[in-house]
Amino acid sequence: MRVELRNLCKRWGNVVGVDNISLEIKDSEFVALLGPSGCGKTTTLLMIAGIYKPTSGEILFDGRIVNHIPPKDRNIGMVFQSYALYPHMTVFENMAYPLKLQKVPKDEQRRRVQHVADMMGIGHLLDRKPGQLSGGQQQRVALGRALVKDPELLLFDEPLSNLDARLRLTMRGEIKRRQMELGITSIYVTHDQVEAMTMADRIAVIKDGKLQAYDTPDELYERPRTLFIAGFIGNPPMNLINGVEVVRDGEEYLARHQAFCLRVPAERGKHVAAKGEVILGIRPEDISLADDGQDGMRGEVYVVEPLGRDDLVNVELPGNTFIHFLADPALRLKPGTPVALCFNTEKVQFFDPRTERSLLWH
Amino acid sequence: MEAVVREQPVEVVARRRSLRVSLEALTFMSPTMLLVTLFFFVPVLLLLWISLTNLSSNTFGNPLCVGGVRDVCESLGIRAGGVEFVGLSNYRRLFSDRFFPKILRNTLFYVFSTLTLFNVGLALVLALLTTHIERRAGFLFRAIWLLPRITPSVIYIMMWKRIAADAPFGILNQFLTPVGVEPRFWLREAPWLFVIVTNGFVGASFGMLIFSSAIESIPRDYIMAAKVDGATTLQIIRTIIIPLIKWPLLFVTTYQTLSLLASFEYILLLTNGGPGLYRTEVWSLTAYHRALQTYFGNNQWGYGAAWGFVLVVIGIIFSIIYLRVFRFNELVQEPKIDAL
Ligand SMILES: Nc1ncnc2c1ncn2[C@@H]1O[C@H](COP(=O)(O)OP(=O)(O)OP(=O)(O)O)[C@@H](O)[C@H]1O
Ligand SMILES: [Mg+2]
Repeated sequence: MRVELRNLCKRWGNVVGVDNISLEIKDSEFVALLGPSGCGKTTTLLMIAGIYKPTSGEILFDGRIVNHIPPKDRNIGMVFQSYALYPHMTVFENMAYPLKLQKVPKDEQRRRVQHVADMMGIGHLLDRKPGQLSGGQQQRVALGRALVKDPELLLFDEPLSNLDARLRLTMRGEIKRRQMELGITSIYVTHDQVEAMTMADRIAVIKDGKLQAYDTPDELYERPRTLFIAGFIGNPPMNLINGVEVVRDGEEYLARHQAFCLRVPAERGKHVAAKGEVILGIRPEDISLADDGQDGMRGEVYVVEPLGRDDLVNVELPGNTFIHFLADPALRLKPGTPVALCFNTEKVQFFDPRTERSLLWH
Repeated sequence: MEAVVREQPVEVVARRRSLRVSLEALTFMSPTMLLVTLFFFVPVLLLLWISLTNLSSNTFGNPLCVGGVRDVCESLGIRAGGVEFVGLSNYRRLFSDRFFPKILRNTLFYVFSTLTLFNVGLALVLALLTTHIERRAGFLFRAIWLLPRITPSVIYIMMWKRIAADAPFGILNQFLTPVGVEPRFWLREAPWLFVIVTNGFVGASFGMLIFSSAIESIPRDYIMAAKVDGATTLQIIRTIIIPLIKWPLLFVTTYQTLSLLASFEYILLLTNGGPGLYRTEVWSLTAYHRALQTYFGNNQWGYGAAWGFVLVVIGIIFSIIYLRVFRFNELVQEPKIDAL
């Protein structure tokens, strides 16, 4: 099913939950709504489900306005963060509940519930009450209940945030796989950008109720259009350095800062030259230690945070500028070690400090 | 050798400690225990005792001065009167009373109708309504429903008497006459209606408060999930809300059964058991009438006490059943402060 949001708004008095969001979701697409806590993700989802009435704007399913259609007639499956399994019903009754309401015959209910339960690996738990299940099992039941009625649209509201890290990884793969197999259009709310990056075909980044960007994960990562996206997408986050000036130097462009001076490729530099002070962005993985003899920017290790595969190193550059980069743990960097850093200038980003927009991508 | 020496003091210490713990517990419980003893156990025992005597206006005297104690009392100058120990004869008289079947039927009818229609039924409807409208409006509505409860009983019933008064008075008549209904003495024509309504309007507020807080504490997610699953509002109420407030429902039902069995002041003020012979007389009102308000000024305290005591026994049986049903022991947990 295609879903379209047109200028969707939700206000409670002075509180603005969702502010003029427009986006389009293609059939069988998996879209993540990503944003910090309180930015209006759940509100958007509940409007799509029909539980909240939009203050203004339209919601369209397959080109048809559904604003006034009650949730029960929207054929949606939804998975809640709390799972919302009815505590007084067994797993079977929970999963059969939507079918019972549709007056599906008893034996067909049994067949369909069993089929979905087997697919989710919970076929042996049908007689238990939700209180007798582990978090991961409850999660599967919740997903099963959403799937059993063959919905045309699946809504997920942070379904994995109550699971431990390991289970989250498993369930992430599982949800993605089911979605691809069944081809059900899905909207997945999360504040975890790794989840959004790994699962979604496209990500809608929301901040303060406003849509910041709507694009594929790669695009958001490689070509962040605003400062917020640059800082929000990617883990560890991008370094953002204030007070950089880019000047033309013959055929070349130089990014100058009190701590360094960098040569920038012309196709990036030409958009930024003579724009005054700008913000330079560079991801930690695009910074490396300078080889011997190479002329890097000098600084001193401030803190080292081991991440396992890499060390996240915070380096103090002259002029009280700090930047993070990823180093090989075998180097055993220690606080106080002098280092010389080298930027992969193919990957630098530039932002206008006033508009907070990218100077490279529009 | 050493082991034995070491073991003994440990045991003694443990015993001393458990003694200290139970003494401490007793100390903390004693004020309550004193109150319960003074205001519950002693009256119940007195009631039982009086119900086994023929104490009345005619035989007035100290009911403890029966049998052999009589002489002792007299020598001490305590008035013994004609009080005699009569065994179970009051109870025999009670169960063979000409009006016993009628009073039993009245009581069952009164308790059952008030309970189902108002104390549980209307209470549930009000709770559902006030939790489904805007929060502040719901709060206001509930507050209004509490008004009769905080109105003094006499004033509350006076108002109802005015409402149902005989023609040419009566607020009801004033409203109904213009639409073509003959004015009548409503309270006489439909006494049960007014008995049930006056009790029910007050009784409903208790269940309403309990149910609405229970409904409000149901996580919103369940309701949203049910909506998405395809349930209508009525289906949500039937399949989600009611099962989830099962315990409050049971609690209100049992608690209100007991309080309806024991309550009589509104009936006393409204119809005094009439009109006619025992039309709206219920069990607890009978106990009151026999003991404290007979037509001929002969108060039969002994006989009235028998009616009262049967009611106490019924109440205790109900309480035991409902403590069982609620698995009360599971609800009462060890105080956390002990763990310190
Ligand atoms: N019923 C409501 N009445 C008033 N304000 C509300 C209501 N529901 C949400 N809001 C406000 O709307 C904003 C968006 O809330 P929403 O629940 O959509 O956030 P969210 O993005 O889902 O956050 P989280 O990640 O914490 O779940 C918040 O500022 C919130 O306080
Ligand atoms: Mg949320």
